Amino acid sequence: MPHFHARVQVSLRPSVLDPAGEATRAAAGRLGVPGVTRLRIGKAIEVEIEAPDKATAQQQLEVLSERLLANPVIENWTLDLIETA
Amino acid sequence: MTIGIVVFPGSNCDRDVRWALEGCLGVPTRFLWHEERDLQGLEAVVLPGGFSYGDYLRCGAIARFAPVLEEVRRFASEGGPVLGICNGFQVLTELGLLPGALTRNIGLHFVCEPTPLEVRPGACRWLAGYQPGEAISLPIAHGEGRYQVQEDQLRQLEENGQVVLRYKTNPNGSMGDVAGLCNPQGNVLGLMPHPERACESLTGGEDGRRLLASLLG
Repeated sequence: MPHFHARVQVSLRPSVLDPAGEATRAAAGRLGVPGVTRLRIGKAIEVEIEAPDKATAQQQLEVLSERLLANPVIENWTLDLIETA
Repeated sequence: MTIGIVVFPGSNCDRDVRWALEGCLGVPTRFLWHEERDLQGLEAVVLPGGFSYGDYLRCGAIARFAPVLEEVRRFASEGGPVLGICNGFQVLTELGLLPGALTRNIGLHFVCEPTPLEVRPGACRWLAGYQPGEAISLPIAHGEGRYQVQEDQLRQLEENGQVVLRYKTNPNGSMGDVAGLCNPQGNVLGLMPHPERACESLTGGEDGRRLLASLLG
């Protein structure tokens, strides 16, 4: 069965406060890197999946992203899919 | 009557809830391991606090798929009383039984202290023992309790009388000062404060006692 590799990027929706991102932004200044005006923390999730074809893999990964990896109430997600073998 | 207490790997307030119900109120309980599906003979179900499945991915995200929760969802839809405390509240939002989400506290600190609350019981069965507008104090202990929901949805919740517990001094940045939410039917309550830690005067007051006793009639 064909093997696919995917990377799912999960980010907080713009309307959701990110106190951890804000604290990290403040630390950038203390490190001596000035000018960081915005820093938001998300997640990158690497997934390997077997599926009969690319369309099926895409569809399965969309279910996974929407229902488990991200919470649509507070998060957005994007999906990059690569067929590996 | 027997009350079920769901136990996930990582739950840590399950025994506190049992003590409050059995030790303080004399109500028999039964632990429900997360893989169980049998809710026969239970009058109510409590989802206790803790860190279910290590809070991996998001608080409550993995717990949502526990076999026992399929049954809890069905139990709730049939009008069965369900109470989610702290991590249990987070699980109820992930499960979709209550709207919104609980996110990282605004100050990033884990906040562990007694907190003043205002009760608006409305139709909530669990809060039938409190007066509208009553001021109580319950302990909170969480790092991710900031309630987040879309503005128009929050207004709707307020109009419906579903915001049944409000912080008087907001400790975590919760939208609308939300500390606890009830479903429109009144049988499902989720709250960040810990009523089970306020059931005897020796250890933190008795303001939570009426909440847990509400089902005794």
